[in-house]
Amino acid sequence: MKAIVKIKLKNGILDPQGKAINNALHHLGYNEIEDVRIGKLVELRINGRDMKNIQQRIQEASHKLLANPVIEDYEIEIVED
Amino acid sequence: MKSAVIVFPGSNCDHDMYHALKILGHDVRYVWHKNPNLDDFDLVVLPGGFSYGDYLRAGAIARFSPIMLEVRRFARKGKFLLGICNGFQILTETGLLPGALLKNQNIRFVCQQVFLRVENRSTSFTNANKLRRPLKIPIAHGEGNYFIEAAGLEELRANHQVIFRYVDEQNNVNAEANPNGSIDNIAGIINKEGNILGMMPHPERAVETMLGSSDGRIIFESLQEANKKNRKALSHA
Repeated sequence: MKAIVKIKLKNGILDPQGKAINNALHHLGYNEIEDVRIGKLVELRINGRDMKNIQQRIQEASHKLLANPVIEDYEIEIVED
Repeated sequence: MKSAVIVFPGSNCDHDMYHALKILGHDVRYVWHKNPNLDDFDLVVLPGGFSYGDYLRAGAIARFSPIMLEVRRFARKGKFLLGICNGFQILTETGLLPGALLKNQNIRFVCQQVFLRVENRSTSFTNANKLRRPLKIPIAHGEGNYFIEAAGLEELRANHQVIFRYVDEQNNVNAEANPNGSIDNIAGIINKEGNILGMMPHPERAVETMLGSSDGRIIFESLQEANKKNRKALSHA
């Protein structure tokens, strides 16, 4: 089983990296792109079957370490492989 | 005053800090991050650098280092804890100080002299400041853009917890003097109890006039003053 944690800066927090990439895209002619936000994707391989417990453990780990809840939001997706 | 400089894998300002404390008369020791005992010390410094390679977020991994439990316990006793640069990032990640440090607004690593206004001179870290001009102290960081949500900022202001703000040489707070986009030009803050200070600028690199400035001394001298008072209070108790 795999858990995919997507982390991005909270809305309203300026993302200077995204802004620079947005500018570069405009230079390349992709003017329809209005805004870019950069995030992180963390893939976790998991040994276990208890879905409810896994969901809760990954939630905990994301809150404690993978994301900083002061500035970042995260989403967790659990996938069978 | 017995002072400890914590050394994490990836710390790189530990030697500068050791030198600064030593020449200012602190009894200073390095403490490796796996060493669990800080009982003998009056001051603990988390120095600058790139602990654990800044992986994930600056300070995020150092926060779970074995020494950090002991650092928390140390701070809970009311002893002095100072975080410089990466040390400040570790303190916010740990939750010992509020807010967070984001990437600099111009996405560049900024390495330059800045001017700091001391907003509160009655703390244990600033009481020796008699200067009527801003402090000249260098910064060197890529993630020093201080952020806190509106309610938190109000609280910092109301409790006089904002200690240093970036200003120009004439002591004006303005956007041009802000090197990294920090909210309200904040360069350093203190906890409510007044024993934990975090700041992005490097006072340990400003202790000798020969090297550009000695304004950083006031922080280490203030701590010595505060420590004397603490000791007196304890011996009378």
